[in-house]
Amino acid sequence: MTFRQARYDEPLLCEKTRPASDSDTDFFDVPVSLRRKRLDLPQVSEHEVVRHYTRLSQMNFGIDTGFYPLGSCTMKFNPKFNEELARLPEMARVHPDQDPSTVQGILQILFELQGILAKISGMDAVTLQPAAGAQGEFTGLLLARAYHLDRGDAGRDEVILPDTAHGTNFASAGMLGHKIREIPSEDGRVNLKALEAAVSGKTLALMLTNPNTLGIFEEEAVEIARIVHDAGALLYYDGANFNAILGKTSPGKMGFDITHFNTHKTFTTPHGGGGPGAGPVGVKAFLEPFLPVPIITFDERAYGLDWDRPKSIGKVRAWLGNSALLLRAYAYILSQGSDGLEHVSERAVLNANYIRHRIEKHLPVPFSGLRKHEFVASGKPLKAKGVRTVDIAKRLMDYGFHPPTVYFPHLVEEALMIEPTETESKETLDAFSDALIRITGEDPELLKSAPHNAAVSRVDEVRAAREPILSWRMLQRAKGTEPHKA
Amino acid sequence: MDSEEEAMLRAIGLRSIDDLFADIPASVRTDGIDIPGGLSEQEVVRHVTSLLRKNRSAETMPTFLGAGLYDHFVPASVRAIASRAEFYTAYTPYQAELSQGILQTLWEYQSFVCELTGMDAANTSMYDGSTALGEAALMAHRITGKKEIVIPRALHWEKRKVLESYTVGPGLDVVEVPFDPEAGTMDLAALKKAVGDDTAAVYVENPNFFGRFQEDLADIRSIAPSVLIVGANPLALAVTTAPGDLGADIVIGEGQPLGNAVNYGGPLVGIFSCREEHVRKMPGRVIGLTRDAEDRRAFCMTLQTREQHIRRERAMSNICTNETLMAVSSAAYVGVLGANGLRRLALENIRRAKQLAERIDPLENFEAPLFPGGHFNEFVVRCEVPYARVHKALLAAGVHGGLPLTSRFPELGEAALFATTEVHTEADYERLLEAMERVR
Repeated sequence: MTFRQARYDEPLLCEKTRPASDSDTDFFDVPVSLRRKRLDLPQVSEHEVVRHYTRLSQMNFGIDTGFYPLGSCTMKFNPKFNEELARLPEMARVHPDQDPSTVQGILQILFELQGILAKISGMDAVTLQPAAGAQGEFTGLLLARAYHLDRGDAGRDEVILPDTAHGTNFASAGMLGHKIREIPSEDGRVNLKALEAAVSGKTLALMLTNPNTLGIFEEEAVEIARIVHDAGALLYYDGANFNAILGKTSPGKMGFDITHFNTHKTFTTPHGGGGPGAGPVGVKAFLEPFLPVPIITFDERAYGLDWDRPKSIGKVRAWLGNSALLLRAYAYILSQGSDGLEHVSERAVLNANYIRHRIEKHLPVPFSGLRKHEFVASGKPLKAKGVRTVDIAKRLMDYGFHPPTVYFPHLVEEALMIEPTETESKETLDAFSDALIRITGEDPELLKSAPHNAAVSRVDEVRAAREPILSWRMLQRAKGTEPHKA
Repeated sequence: MDSEEEAMLRAIGLRSIDDLFADIPASVRTDGIDIPGGLSEQEVVRHVTSLLRKNRSAETMPTFLGAGLYDHFVPASVRAIASRAEFYTAYTPYQAELSQGILQTLWEYQSFVCELTGMDAANTSMYDGSTALGEAALMAHRITGKKEIVIPRALHWEKRKVLESYTVGPGLDVVEVPFDPEAGTMDLAALKKAVGDDTAAVYVENPNFFGRFQEDLADIRSIAPSVLIVGANPLALAVTTAPGDLGADIVIGEGQPLGNAVNYGGPLVGIFSCREEHVRKMPGRVIGLTRDAEDRRAFCMTLQTREQHIRRERAMSNICTNETLMAVSSAAYVGVLGANGLRRLALENIRRAKQLAERIDPLENFEAPLFPGGHFNEFVVRCEVPYARVHKALLAAGVHGGLPLTSRFPELGEAALFATTEVHTEADYERLLEAMERVR
């Protein structure tokens, strides 16, 4: 496929001509001590603003532009009807402090979504409050902590993580001051002996992604749960890879106590170029008293909010959560239904195994056996030619594909983590596989100087970090050192 | 199974879809999900729309709720820009070369935030204003190693509860400073007593929870021994002095008023900015300006060694997914309104709040504003009758009154927080005032 991204020399909005700002302002009630004299913001016509950001958008790649096999990010098609629903004034122009009698519709949607997510995950209760998966992890660990403390067990401050775990798991545990015990994998799976050696009366929880970040299903899930529970600790399921297991298994069935969902992955709420997301958390019944406040209640007549929850961990964000995203997840799940959701995972897994089959002779895929919705290949064979995985990734852009996740998980050298999702056709998977195979045989110089067809050529990230220029103010101060156009 | 799926299965060497799941042991297999079958797009849209219709929106019911989130008019151009599929169907811009559009947009957003707050650097967003406060407290602890966070009593309870969750890790103590019962702003004498050797940060809001401007913000800098965190409404900043010019180290806020809907409380967007000297201790994604291999201007995510995927448990925060698309809306909103438009809008909000208070005050049973002095776009109303009764009467009249404060701030008596913005019409005000007048 030939691909050429739009390329504009689009200046900053701040660099467009600006007339002087209003000076003869009547400040009304603003105290004299606080009256602002200068506001150095753009002042251009609406048309110019629309053109500016439209041009910038054309220098951006989304799933509506092309294939986006970013491992562990589940970049599937975002149904357009969801965008229309979320824009309705009955969603957009509803204030979260409104009297419950005036928000019965959204409360019903959220309440029903909690029930559906509980069924999907095999859990008993769900909170929709966390704003993203990482916040779901933070919430889950707070729940585990509250549970242990409630039992009078104050000595648990260790979180066990396999070496395939997402970096976020480490950071969430770190934010709560927990110690990390990282355990090595064996053949791409949790090493049970290492796990047994790691658990103790100090263990708060094990956090596990299943299928793990290699795309491998942890077949010993039940044994893992037994080991952790025997030590008195809890099991946390990282829901990033839920797209692999819908209807086939569930965290509840596998013995987990807590799970989060990423609605922007599994349930296709658009990721917005970095957010928003939503990270609901499901728990087994014994953890329900600890869920964040308020919880949504239903007395068969009306929906309400209950703040009177003495064991609750409190709040992790203001109000009830990213409701407009949760609405989209709800609508998506209704459109799929039980049959559709199960097929989502079937096709996602089929697509991943198909690409793996197509490319593994050219880019080895360490560890044997099936993969679920994603797999990790290694760019190692090209190292002898001086080509690194980053070069393969950048060259893929020239063929119109977003690169996979790279250099993660760490136990695969020169990792390329590929997740095609279920909404891609065989034709797309073949075109991507063909491109990847062709790249492995291309002139190394062509790869090392890639991309050639993107809006800009290889971006100097080292320079950006060495001399950070993070705003128009910093740029003006740094004038003279700013890079000039060639 | 369609023919395409069959062909792929055959290529892999498998016979059935079930073979793909042979690695999931029977002991943990489930038999589907116990929910109904799928619906067509038309059915889903009809069903969800009918549920949403049970909500009363600001479209049909004038709402005088604020308390951090405000129903402002958002020009269609802002939504058109944020609806560009190239933006909203993208993931985080890990691959800079394919993502220059959102990277430059976010860099511009950072620039606008910095100009408003008077800071050097901003991140591309936190989840909301409340988590921005939680993260700011953690950052102050990282900077100072100290353990007390001094906050105003006049604070939304939602924010207070979130702050308490965020500070569990390092075990920070939250110390509350009362408001001056006459002025409704932070009591500086009490603040002086509250700060001490272990104070990591003082947090102050301007305008504060009661809508009041903290006139002596500059004095707080000299009282605060360490990090000064200022919480601001970004729209108010168009006409009020940048907190950076008054000595703030970190400026945060709820960014929703800049071009985003209230969305029943989410998605929102947390503003987070700081001085250059602290930037490596700042949480969240940050975009930097650099150049490409052909020496052209380019943008990329930077200072990533602070972040979870590299620093892991020593990361500044666990945040990865944030509220980027809301930041895009904010950038577009600042662009469309421009400096002059923002100033005029901010002043219009001030004027309206003042006038509304002046119209409520003469009504029997009501006093407004409870606190004298400058307000932004909301103010406390005190009632001679139980506010719960007022609240019900207003609902019956098709108006949503202010946020009840009585149970959370018993010292105010029967009281509520009323907000107004440019969306209100004269008819809306009349409906509110007539309904209030009738309350006995």
